[in-house]
Amino acid sequence: MPYLQIDHASKSFPSHTGEGQVCIFNDVTIKIEQGEFVTVIGHSGCGKSTLLNIIAGLDTASEGGVILEGKEVVGPGLDRMVVFQNFSLMPWMTVFENIALAVRSAYPDWSQTQVADHVNKYIALVGLKGAETKRPTALSGGMKQRVGLARAFSIEPKVLLLDEPFAQIDALTRGVIQEELIQMWNASRNTVFMVTHDVDEAILLSDRILLMTNGPSARVGEIVEVSIPRPRSRESIIEHPHYYKIRNHVIHFLVRHAAHVGRGSGESGAGRSGDAPVLVRFS
Amino acid sequence: MSAETVVSEDPPVDNETGSSRSARKPTKGRMMVGQAADSPWMITVFLAVLFLLGWHLATLRGAFDGTGLTEEQLQMMEFNGDIVRAPDGTYLWNPEKEKVKGIPGPLAVMEKAREELSDAFVIKGTNDHGIGYLVFYTVSRFGAGFLAASAVAVVLGVFLGLNKVLFKAVNPFIQILKPISPLAWMPLLLYTVKDPKWTAILVVFMAALWPTLATTAFGVNSLRKDYLHVAAILQLSWPKRLFKVILPGAAPTIVNGLRISFGSALVAVVPAEMLLGELGVGYLSWIEWNNLDISGVIFAILVVGCVGVILDSGFNKLAGLVTYQE
Repeated sequence: MPYLQIDHASKSFPSHTGEGQVCIFNDVTIKIEQGEFVTVIGHSGCGKSTLLNIIAGLDTASEGGVILEGKEVVGPGLDRMVVFQNFSLMPWMTVFENIALAVRSAYPDWSQTQVADHVNKYIALVGLKGAETKRPTALSGGMKQRVGLARAFSIEPKVLLLDEPFAQIDALTRGVIQEELIQMWNASRNTVFMVTHDVDEAILLSDRILLMTNGPSARVGEIVEVSIPRPRSRESIIEHPHYYKIRNHVIHFLVRHAAHVGRGSGESGAGRSGDAPVLVRFS
Repeated sequence: MSAETVVSEDPPVDNETGSSRSARKPTKGRMMVGQAADSPWMITVFLAVLFLLGWHLATLRGAFDGTGLTEEQLQMMEFNGDIVRAPDGTYLWNPEKEKVKGIPGPLAVMEKAREELSDAFVIKGTNDHGIGYLVFYTVSRFGAGFLAASAVAVVLGVFLGLNKVLFKAVNPFIQILKPISPLAWMPLLLYTVKDPKWTAILVVFMAALWPTLATTAFGVNSLRKDYLHVAAILQLSWPKRLFKVILPGAAPTIVNGLRISFGSALVAVVPAEMLLGELGVGYLSWIEWNNLDISGVIFAILVVGCVGVILDSGFNKLAGLVTYQE
């Protein structure tokens, strides 16, 4: 039994013509072990963010479901914290208050000082010391997402859900925050489910990369194992012989195959039968 | 330009002053422009002076000139009250009749204002309270109606905003009731409560209720889903969700609704006082009209404006406390 399992999940919306349903993704099964960092990459519209919201409990699957530690996920909860693409910080609260809101909810019987100490620890961890009393408006995109990460890590969730967390951050800052994320994750080792468009980011951070085919009726087409040992850094990772192999493979899939594999025709490559995703490992 | 011409014509006797003058000149010019842009109070003062001067000149009437009129004509004019005979035997325009002839000039209004303000807190009779009292009556009447309406509207609005189905069901009623002039309610209210004092407050209440109700419901309803998602993940209790997320999140929209309500309540309070004969600054304007004291009417209008400005700035201070930037 895996730690976190997305079990035969499908999602359909009523089509805009009013007749029938549009299937976003169909019969997706993903198994994630405890402490694993899994990333989903796919084109826009393949339902990867919807999938993340279903794990978070903010959305429900039309069929199938999510199992965490042997129990079915019903609704949102403190054990599955999301880091949002648009940060989703409360603009009327300061940096400190935003994180404290989360900490107080996760640890309701803590005293004020305990909460303050915990919040300050995570503010220091993301290098935002001195910005505690600032409001999100006064922060750059990178700083906002640092607050988002601090808020997520501060409640020590079982599963961390990252929804394109660095998409709205400039490329230079993105690299820095990715390394900060690695450091925080090394210390906490939460199970992470990330959704992204950025192939380099996926290789740098994850243990496995799930490649989704194009919607409608998207599914997990391939699972690429990132066979690059940790600790990884942006600088050193590109030296590894597997780096470009993985990168090229992923991009190749997204450009060439994502549109074709989804139809379930199984025309490309031997052993690609129907729905089971192909495992890819470079050695 | 003229200064430059002078400098170029004169031989450069004192090099130092010449250079320093030319160096300082552009900065000075820029500073003047900058000042005017930052705080154009000089333009404001200029416009005010221009207006007062124009008003004064437009309402100016020459002294009575009796040349060319026969003694009989003069006697007839005096009999009609158009002119009066001064102790020295010359004729003057009758100052009493002047008051209702045309629009009084700024000096007459200022004289009236001085008179009224000097006994601002004197009660001369049942209907003749000092201007200070009148302002107080109006502000408290306005305040009571506005605060009561705001409390009701915000509570109802949040309730409706949280319940999408109920909001859609009730919205047609709000849309019908909202555009009704609060004064249209007055006969019904007066008939129902049978007390002009409460009717005036209820008219303000009706004026202030609908805009806040509609905008609060809208603001809560259209609160960004992200905030609610965070609240849901953090498993916030309902009171916490309401006071930490929903209300602060919808606060800017709610304040906008309150601002519209504030304006319409302020507009409603003046005619309500006039029609109901309740003492206040709106009533002052009407009673001065009944007295045929046009200076008094203009003074009352100015007082209404000043009361509005004071209330509005107070409201803006409060609004600044609860709004945030996205």
